[in-house]
Amino acid sequence: MVTLTDTTEAAREERAPSEPVLELRGVGKTFGNIRALSGIDLKVGAGEVTCILGDNGAGKSTLIKIIAGLHAPTSGEYRVDGEPVAFTSPRQALDRGIATVYQDLALVPLMPVWRNFFLGSEIRTGFGPFRMLDVAGMRRVAEEELGKMGIDLPDIDAPVGNLSGGQRQVVAIARAVYFGARVLILDEPTAALGVKQSGVVLKYVNAARDAGLGVIFITHNPHHAFMVGDHFVVVKLGRTELDAPRSELTLEELTHHMAGGAELDALEHELKRGEGEGR
Amino acid sequence: MSQTLTMRTPGPGQGGSEKRERVGRRSPLRRFLARPEVGSLIGAVVVFAVFFAVAEPFRQAASFSTVLYASSTIGIMAVAVALLMIGGEFDLSAGVAVVTSALATAMFSYQFSLNIWAGAALALALALGIGFLNGWILVRTNLPSFLVTLSTFLMLQGLNIAVTKLVTGSVSTDNVSDMDGFASARAVFASSIPVGGVDVRITVLWWLLFAALATWVLMRTRVGNWIYAVGGNAESARAVGVPVKRVKIGLFMTVGFFAWFSGMHLLTAANGVQQSGEGVGNELLYIMAAVVGGCLLTGGYGTVVGAVIGAFIYGMTRQGIVYAGWDNNWIMFFVGAMLLLAVVINMWVRNQTSKR
Repeated sequence: MVTLTDTTEAAREERAPSEPVLELRGVGKTFGNIRALSGIDLKVGAGEVTCILGDNGAGKSTLIKIIAGLHAPTSGEYRVDGEPVAFTSPRQALDRGIATVYQDLALVPLMPVWRNFFLGSEIRTGFGPFRMLDVAGMRRVAEEELGKMGIDLPDIDAPVGNLSGGQRQVVAIARAVYFGARVLILDEPTAALGVKQSGVVLKYVNAARDAGLGVIFITHNPHHAFMVGDHFVVVKLGRTELDAPRSELTLEELTHHMAGGAELDALEHELKRGEGEGR
Repeated sequence: MSQTLTMRTPGPGQGGSEKRERVGRRSPLRRFLARPEVGSLIGAVVVFAVFFAVAEPFRQAASFSTVLYASSTIGIMAVAVALLMIGGEFDLSAGVAVVTSALATAMFSYQFSLNIWAGAALALALALGIGFLNGWILVRTNLPSFLVTLSTFLMLQGLNIAVTKLVTGSVSTDNVSDMDGFASARAVFASSIPVGGVDVRITVLWWLLFAALATWVLMRTRVGNWIYAVGGNAESARAVGVPVKRVKIGLFMTVGFFAWFSGMHLLTAANGVQQSGEGVGNELLYIMAAVVGGCLLTGGYGTVVGAVIGAFIYGMTRQGIVYAGWDNNWIMFFVGAMLLLAVVINMWVRNQTSKR
């Protein structure tokens, strides 16, 4: 996982700052008299990973829901390709290429991988009442697309429930990419995973970025964020605590912002000890 | 099946030597054993062998035709109930809905002096309406299907008798066997066809046809994919754009259609007079057939073929006990024991094959 960041560093430098695909300007959201978010700025360009970090209750979920089209912001502006949008459903966001991979992944455990991959967007052949599933085609495409993400399942008929947590994440990511996602929102993809499985997912975050997608990576783990991120936004109590590109940050600083002053010492201590053992 | 990967652009930082994520390949035998209907298939073979050994009449082709007939009357409904169960719901009103359809056909035809087919069309609309109502209440209230269809079951049971008495003054319908269209309806729903010197009831052929059609829909169409998905995880299905509510309502209406079909058989086979108090308890036999056939009661898993085998086991047990000269009252005991055994075996097989 360490080599991962090294090898992509060069590629990262070459990329010119692109026009943002998705942009939030001063976005805020109130529920009654509770101010969940205020003054959030965010830019996501193609081929960039923007990490949104924050502790539980910081407003990350509300932010994702606004981007995904589940909530409308109560203030500020949401732009896609430079034009303001007001999504009223996730379907509209999806049609603009903004796909969200939620923590529960929207997979059906008892169904085979390829059926899950195409669920809701099945390929069909024939016409009229004889329209039927193009089973061979869907199996082939599902296998190819998973192959592109570097995941090789000899048994594409295996139920998704038989896959590991990381593999399931990758199936959900590959599905979003195949169905035309330009911006991929990953909601805590590593939260429920072990170290090895988290590594698998982080690799595919990188693969998605290199395929030219904008990625919004939501996490509360600064280590995971720093391994793949180009840009970091730390949200705290509904406000932007930090908004900085990778070049202006170190892992320590990121962790500092994440943790806040009081908890810093204890956490830094813990972190250093973890690094000492790990490398 | 050769599944060669033609396209693979490895992600960055992913050395060629790095081991890729793999899922263990299952052997063909394991794949076969992992099929939902395997347990019931083994059960069917055992039940067949037992009655073949102990009951002499069981070995004759004519009585085998009777076994198939007994299987088909439960089996036709089990096809629809299996689809519904795979879609995550079940329908306790299915048994009495069959009788409702038969009563409605007879009463519509007689009271309005209609051709039987016109009465049947009205009854079909009613049966589909009952199915729609079941599904609609379910998706609107999010109540479990047990409660929704238990209510419909009780209401229909009462209505069947009460309305029949109100309309005809007795507990059965007026005889419609001499009305226009009855002969042709009987030919479609309750005739016999000679196959190789043995008369086979037409319901057996309908049963196999419906089972084949339902299997095709389930395995090879988009709707089939959706049925598995809404039963397996309705929330996930909704998130990827599957119209969960429409699928569920459609499944209840499918049960309605099959209830109408079975009702037509009941009426035409009973020479045009339908008793209003029948059908109670059959809904559990449909569910039994589906579950014996490997359908998960919780949805998302199972096949129609399994339900067909489940109904066949029921038919063999029912007729086999008669042919063996045993007391009739043992039938339900054996059916119940069979169900328990099948469920345990299915669970065991599933656990064994899902181990890696």
